[in-house]
Order: sequence, then structure tokens, then C-alpha cells
Amino acid sequence: MTTDQALHPAIRVQGIEKSFKDLHVLRGVDFDVMPGSIFALLGSNGAGKTTLVKILSTLLKPDAGTATVNGHDTGTEPARVRESISLTGQFTAVDDVLTGRENLVLVARLRHLPRPDAVAGALLERFDLAEAAHRRAGTYSGGMRRRLDIAMSLIGNPRVLFLDEPTTGLDPQARNEVWRTIRQLAGQGTTVLLTTQYLDEAEQLADRIAILHQGIIIQNGTLAELKQLLPAATVEYVEKQPSLEDVFLALVGSGPDDRPSGAPAPGKDHR
Amino acid sequence: MSTHALRDTGVLTGRSLRHILRSPDTIITTAVTPVAMMLLFVYVFGGAIITGSGGSYVNYLLPGILLITVASGVAYTAYRLFLDVKGGIVERLGSMPIARPSILWAHVLTSLAANLAAIAIVIGVAALMGFRSGASLAAWLAVAGILVLFTLALTWLAVVAGLTAKTVDGASGMSYPLIFLPFISSAFVPTATMPGPVAWFAENQPVTPIVDTLRALLAQEPVGTGIWTALAWLAGILAVAYAAAAAIYRRKVG
Repeated sequence: MTTDQALHPAIRVQGIEKSFKDLHVLRGVDFDVMPGSIFALLGSNGAGKTTLVKILSTLLKPDAGTATVNGHDTGTEPARVRESISLTGQFTAVDDVLTGRENLVLVARLRHLPRPDAVAGALLERFDLAEAAHRRAGTYSGGMRRRLDIAMSLIGNPRVLFLDEPTTGLDPQARNEVWRTIRQLAGQGTTVLLTTQYLDEAEQLADRIAILHQGIIIQNGTLAELKQLLPAATVEYVEKQPSLEDVFLALVGSGPDDRPSGAPAPGKDHR
Repeated sequence: MSTHALRDTGVLTGRSLRHILRSPDTIITTAVTPVAMMLLFVYVFGGAIITGSGGSYVNYLLPGILLITVASGVAYTAYRLFLDVKGGIVERLGSMPIARPSILWAHVLTSLAANLAAIAIVIGVAALMGFRSGASLAAWLAVAGILVLFTLALTWLAVVAGLTAKTVDGASGMSYPLIFLPFISSAFVPTATMPGPVAWFAENQPVTPIVDTLRALLAQEPVGTGIWTALAWLAGILAVAYAAAAAIYRRKVG
């Protein structure tokens, strides 16, 4: 099984095409993602990133081409694919009426795990949500909702995780929190495919970056390979100014801010 | 596979029932409008309405009021399903290894429970207003069966609305025509008093045979062939709405 995983890509996309009426969204997309790596699909709004994620997570059927996830074809064996994946969509899909704990227990039950309560408890601890476990998810801050959302996706230890724009709309602290989680997951062997429109996100996280533009992958490589596409670097002397982000994070602290009142989290420095 | 389907449906039904228990006002508001209509028709208009049936007007009116209760109640199903689609819950569940139809069935079973609760409230108020029935247990079971079928048929229509709506208002607005339909039927007044084309419509739309059948069952009168017309309408609407909902769902989440 392990050798099998090492030899074959966790995700293989070949010649995927998809149109919505006259709109040719994907026009022949190919790429492989190796097991345990973080693969970033970079593209501007409307480039077709979400469409591709929906095809890979069996929610949409492509017009042409094939996609396999963990060796299973998304078109002919969707049920097998669903058993080994998890999707965190563009909008945090948590149930606002249920508490954080109930959301996690719900997913654990639907994945037919033996001890749903224990699974939920462990994830609440891991994602710094234990204190808020009994509050309705509707009262959570944006960062907490996203953490709960990702925690729900990890139930059942899926081998492949799809994250569609995981940090869009998050403040810098929450974004750093999510980045840390993604790195941890990949470190534990989970294959992560994430889409983003933020260049720095791809730069920070991804082992490989593919640029999706007008329905095709125009470049695919490591950050170093992509950088070589441009002329060699010239040495210039530039005064190093702190960026506004550095200033902001220094002032408010970069730890998770679980308190909707905006109270700082003293002594928590995750960097 | 089918045990999985039952288990998944059970888990998801538990979830949406919890939604209702945390906002019990939705059951109360479902019952308030029909109760207000019942008060209005019995105590304001009722004195001037001649039904020719001999019994009290509240007895005559109740079956139609119960249908209106369900028609307004299913709007919440469309509303909740719309929120699940909009909020990405349907996609999340669709990408998980769970039985495909369980997501929709959970909403449908929850609608059934909520609407039966609202119906019980309306019947309770009607009893306070003088509604009486000497119907046998078998007749009451038949009444319950027809109301369950009616709720299922309208709920699957609500599922179609919830899956296809573009806005919250569009989703919950689906019930307005359904609430209006009983007014052009035998629910409030006998169709014989209506002018030709209106009477023709009233006599050939689904509400009239359903109302007439419920009324006959509760008044211990023979139901005649009307019950078959009623059941045919219910089965027809249910089949069409279910097929449409299933097709739309398949197109939406693979």
C-alpha cells in the first residue's frame, strides 16, 4: 500500500474539459499531485479553479478527460473517491444552528466512525475550539468558523484534502492559523490540493504551483522552477521597510483571536 | 447499502429536527395564519355563509384550513434547503461517502414532523371553537393518511423550490400560490355558488376532492368516488415533484 502510494500520484488530471452553456471554463487541464505534497492551483477569479475542485470531489462531471483520486476514477467510481477525500469549499460549510461539537459529531456519524464524541473532542482540542465547543457555530468569528470547517473535513482521516480558497475573507491571524494547519497536515502525509488567488499563499505553502489561466495550466512547477522563468536576479540595494502586515501583526499579535470582543490573546505566538 | 441509507437519513433528520426544536417559533407561525383565517371565517364571515351541509361552519371549514396549514408550513422546508445549498452544506455532504438520497429525505421527514405538529395545534384550536367529529378510528386514520400524503406531495414541491431558488424570498415564496388554491375550491363555500368558469376550475382542481373527502370522513358520510380522485391527484403530484427534485439534485451534486 505504501509503495503503491509512493509510485502513483494521489491525484491525476488528464485532459479535463468543462463548459457551462457557451462558457468554455476548462479547456484541457492536465497535472499530477504526488502523495503527501501540497499542490497550489493559482488563478484569478473565474479561472475555473472551483469548477476543477468540484470535478475532483465528484460534484460535477467533466465533458471530456479523466480525473483519478487515489487511483479511483471520479466519473466511474465516485463512491470510492468520496471515501478517501474531503472537501472544504469556498464558503465555510458549517451548520450555524448546531454547536461546534454537534457539527463535528454530525460528520463523524455520517462517516460511520465508532466513537463520534471522542473524535469531536480531540478535534476541538486540536483546533483551539474546546472553549467554544458548546456555542452555536453561528456565533463564531470568521477564523473560528474556518477552523471548524477544516476540522470537519479532517474527520475520518481522508488521504486527500481539497481546500477551495481556504483563506479568502480571513484576517491575517486567522490566515496564518490556517496555513499552519495545512503544513501540519501535509507533514502527516495528507495530500493537499488548494486553490488560491493569493500569490503569497502559494509561495508560502505549496510544494508545486500550477497556474490556471483561461481554462488551461500555463505553468506547473516548484517555486524555484517558476522563478527561473524570469531573467536571473540582479543585485540591488533596497531599504528594508516593514510591510503593513508586519506592523499589524506586531501590534495585535499573531495568535488566534477567539474572542469576538477583540481581546488580545496574550503570550500566544505561533510563529 | 440500504442500512447505510437509513442510518444516514436518521442522522441527518436528527440534525434538521434539532433546527426546528431550536426555533419552535417556526411551528407556531405555521399554525398562526391558518388559525387567524379560521377565526375570521367562523366569527366574521361564517354567519353569512350558507353551506347547506347542516353542520357547524367550523366543521365545514376545518379540512381546507388544514391544507392551508401544510401549504404555508412547507415554505420552511424550501427555506432550510435553500440555506443548505447556499451555505455549501449540500456540497459538503455530496462529497462525503453517504447515501445520496438521505440529504433530501432528511428535510422531507422533518417537514412531515413539523407540519403534523402544526396540524395538531390547528385541530386543537378548532376543537376549542366547537369543532366536533364522531369519526371512527379508521376514518381518523384515513384523514391522517391523506394529510401525510398531502404533506409529502407539497414538501417535494418545496424541495424543488429550495434547490432551484436564487434568493431566500424565491424559496419561501413558493407557498403563496399553494395557500391561495383552497380559496378557489370547496374549502370555504360550496362550488355551486360560483360563476361558471370559476366553478369549473374549482371542481377540477386537486384541493376540492381532497377537502370533500376529508370533510366526508370527519362527518361520517360516504366518501364516494371523490376519494379516488383525491388519491390520484396526490399520487400524481407526489410522483412528479419527487422525480423533478431527484433529477435537479442529481444535476446539482453529481
